[in-house]
Amino acid sequence: MTGALLTLLQLALTLAAAPLVTGIVRWVKARLNGRRGPGPLQPYRDLLKLLRKETVVAENASWLFRAVPYLVFALTWLAAAIVPSFATGLALGGSADLIALVAILGSARFLLALAGMDVGTAFGGLGSSREMMIASLAEPAMLTVTFTMALLVRSTSLPHIAEFLLSHDVGIRVSLGLALISLMMVALAENGRIPVDNPATHLELTMVHEAMVLEYSGRHLALIEAAQMLKLVTYLSLIACLFAPWGLDVGAVPGHALALGLESWLGKLLVGALALALFETGMAKMRVFRVAEFLGGSLLLGLLAAVFLYVSQGL
Amino acid sequence: MLHFANTAYDTAHLLDTGVLILSFALLFQRRLFGVIRTYAYQALILAAAAAWQAHAQQAPHLYITAAIALVFKAGIVPFVLQRIVTAFNIHRSIETALGIGATLVAGMALVALAILLVLPVTTSSGALTRESLAIALSTVLLGLLMMISRRNAVSQVVGFMSLENGLILAAVGVKGMPLVVEISVAFSVMVAFIIFGIFFFHIRERFDTLDIHQVERYRGERER
Amino acid sequence: MTAFEYILGIPVAAALALALVPSYRVAAWLNAFASAATLGAALSPFVERPATGVFFLIDDFNIYLIALTAFVAFTTSLFSLRYILHEVAIGRLPKRYVRFYHSMYQGFVFTMLLALSTNNLGVMWVAVEGATLTTVLMVGLYRTPEAIEASWKYFILCGVGIALALFGTILMYLAAEPVMGEGLKAMTWSELLPRVSAFSPAILNLAFVFLLVGYGTKVGLAPLHAWLPDAHAEGPTPISAVLSGLLLNVALYAVLRFKMLLAGNPGALAPGPLMIGMGLTSLFLASFMLYRRRDIKRLFAYSSIEHMGISTFAFGMGGPLANFAGLLHMTMHSLTKSAIFFAVGHASQVKGTQKIAEIRGLTASQPALGWALVIGVVAIAGMPPFGVFMSEFLVVTSTFARAPLLAAPLVLGLLVGFAALMLRLQGLAFGKAEGTGKASGAALVPLYLHLAAVLVAGIYLPGPLVAWFQNVARLLG
Repeated sequence: MTGALLTLLQLALTLAAAPLVTGIVRWVKARLNGRRGPGPLQPYRDLLKLLRKETVVAENASWLFRAVPYLVFALTWLAAAIVPSFATGLALGGSADLIALVAILGSARFLLALAGMDVGTAFGGLGSSREMMIASLAEPAMLTVTFTMALLVRSTSLPHIAEFLLSHDVGIRVSLGLALISLMMVALAENGRIPVDNPATHLELTMVHEAMVLEYSGRHLALIEAAQMLKLVTYLSLIACLFAPWGLDVGAVPGHALALGLESWLGKLLVGALALALFETGMAKMRVFRVAEFLGGSLLLGLLAAVFLYVSQGL
Repeated sequence: MLHFANTAYDTAHLLDTGVLILSFALLFQRRLFGVIRTYAYQALILAAAAAWQAHAQQAPHLYITAAIALVFKAGIVPFVLQRIVTAFNIHRSIETALGIGATLVAGMALVALAILLVLPVTTSSGALTRESLAIALSTVLLGLLMMISRRNAVSQVVGFMSLENGLILAAVGVKGMPLVVEISVAFSVMVAFIIFGIFFFHIRERFDTLDIHQVERYRGERER
Repeated sequence: MTAFEYILGIPVAAALALALVPSYRVAAWLNAFASAATLGAALSPFVERPATGVFFLIDDFNIYLIALTAFVAFTTSLFSLRYILHEVAIGRLPKRYVRFYHSMYQGFVFTMLLALSTNNLGVMWVAVEGATLTTVLMVGLYRTPEAIEASWKYFILCGVGIALALFGTILMYLAAEPVMGEGLKAMTWSELLPRVSAFSPAILNLAFVFLLVGYGTKVGLAPLHAWLPDAHAEGPTPISAVLSGLLLNVALYAVLRFKMLLAGNPGALAPGPLMIGMGLTSLFLASFMLYRRRDIKRLFAYSSIEHMGISTFAFGMGGPLANFAGLLHMTMHSLTKSAIFFAVGHASQVKGTQKIAEIRGLTASQPALGWALVIGVVAIAGMPPFGVFMSEFLVVTSTFARAPLLAAPLVLGLLVGFAALMLRLQGLAFGKAEGTGKASGAALVPLYLHLAAVLVAGIYLPGPLVAWFQNVARLLG
């Protein structure tokens, strides 16, 4: 399969799978809480409902407010397209860089923060400032993970990293373990999951991400929700690509390998969703002031991983 | 696929790093019981590290060190400390002299310092020894940082004990060091004396809290 | 090895026995007898030197130090006898603590002698740690808030110092292991010394830095000296005497053993500048602090810091003359400072206070004690013909010869200290006597014995002693 076809397939599949993953997480959490909960397919129905509803926009909203949902959705879908999920050799593989990924997702977040402040409500500003605080700590942590991988593989390109880890006898290394934990903590923060932010909360003062999008409705809200679901899938795929790349189709045996890649990717998504649901059920949300310590710990682990890898390579 | 590239090296490295990470975790704790519990985990991993070194170096006397770490440091000492904290109603949340962020930065700087000190100097030793020593020195320095940045006497003692853990790690990491058991026993005896009643009972007799700032009112020469 | 068994066995047995003796009077006398027996055992190596073993050795460096330690421990036990009886009589010290005190005293003597006579670096560390532990417990004996704070600070600072010294010891083993193989041989000092030139200089350097900082904390070198004044002031005076007179020496001895190892390796860094720096800092800091002290024991504690600084400076200078001077200074300071603390202890008991302002006119009210104090202070300040003057003079001349620029700050520091002590002496010894406290049957004999020894040493040193000093000075490099 050529790169372009693979990319289109990935775009379609991630968009199709994203609501299902979110649905599974919510369903498992509900079951663990002793409730029946909505079915795993509920997010699809929610999105369709939102698309058909009227879009209400505040009078003093600027062009930015109207444009942001489309931009955010496009950027997040692009990020989903460049992370090797079931195969390497995507069309955009040349620029599929970890740093580029951070930049794309960072731009999306930036735009959303601007939109939150655009209408001038108090909660919007609250959400935006909290989001940027979290981002200011999560991005350096993510970058330290990038450095660690780069030290090991001598490249920040995602397909290269995946291929390196598959082909070489890397074995379990302490640095990789630390980097994995660090990345998982960053992923929790970026996706607004417990313990950083409760995605199901109705209390505005505890919101981070939800507060930014309080003003949105109709198709705008549908796009933003879809972007959020895509972001979760992207991070799960990223963790799988960097730390559990088995099953990835690297073009060795065509056809058969692609099916294997798809199966393993879906399996990893399922495992990730279950793990996330279990973890969220077991933890309580932290106070906003403690989030800095949480992310500080993640940064620390990333730094330690990079330092130890650097040290052991120099010996 | 899922295996250690070099089992002896990687296991030892894993356990050593575990001790170091728990040293950082000690710095992050805000509650006294959290400090004591984290110290117990650190002693547990230290015991595992010592036992592994005993196996890898074919040095059976290190099993005794591991047993001491397990029974005494991971069992008796945390238990007694918890009893003391409960019995004396010691103020249970810890104020730190530095903020968490500054402590984090200082901790990383100390780790970097330890690595910079040990690695260039030990070029003739094996890779595992060098890393073990660097990690052990980092743990020692982090224990020192904890002693400096805490006001509560119990957490200062725990900082000292975590410093001692780092030293035991260094002693078992160096191949074939004799008298490790004796040295670790001597150190543990010192710690035991300090903890098992002398200071806490003395201090408790005279002060209502174990806040070092209260104690420090009596430092030096004052107009009495 | 029999000599070692006696030297070390008697204190251990005494410690155990004293833990069981209920009567404090009997305990005090037993303490003195045990110390006398230890002194006898410590003198036996002069007659016939025991062979060097894996764990123990007697060589030119520690043969006289062991005897000195046993001697000062003995005289201090005599002083302690009088002192403790008085303290119990006036009720300042509860009777049940006395048993503990005497047992710990002998334990402390044991650990010091062990540290001095051992050939093994690990055992030396354990012994110094044991000495720290026993003294920490004794400093807090009175259990006043100040005493507890002093012993807490002592524990924290010296505990950290000991920990760093252990790391240095581990590094030293790491340096020795490739050349000497694993096991005990690589930690045996007498085996290490001839082969140290084959060790890696980088590891030796790092190890020595840790050891200097670690053991240097126990020597009381600035800036690591913060525990010293409080520990001296708040503990019982016999403990101040042995702390100043003996423990500081033992810690410096440990540093010097390692310095000898480093001197044998030409590639290792010269410990000189480091030791000179710390020595001068201690000297200056202590000399200036002498001026504002209001507590008499604190005053002499800073004087100890000053003299340890001078010794460290001398050893940092290096060369046969300076090393000789340093060794002589260690000995003289030990004798003089313990004598001073004897006098100070009795004076503070007589007057019931440790404040300098309230201790006046001793030569009028307590002539024997007062004049002893005068002689002691004059001796420690460095006046001829006492031994301290001799050693300080030798340090100054060797500094002039080797590094004239350093001689200026050295002499300045010495003069500042001298002036401070003389100023204080005025008030303490002379002036109007206020009240006549009871003479407490002072232990004047040990006091005058020490001072006589210092006086004699200033005029004449016995030949064998000079030979030993010169031998060690050569090894120190």
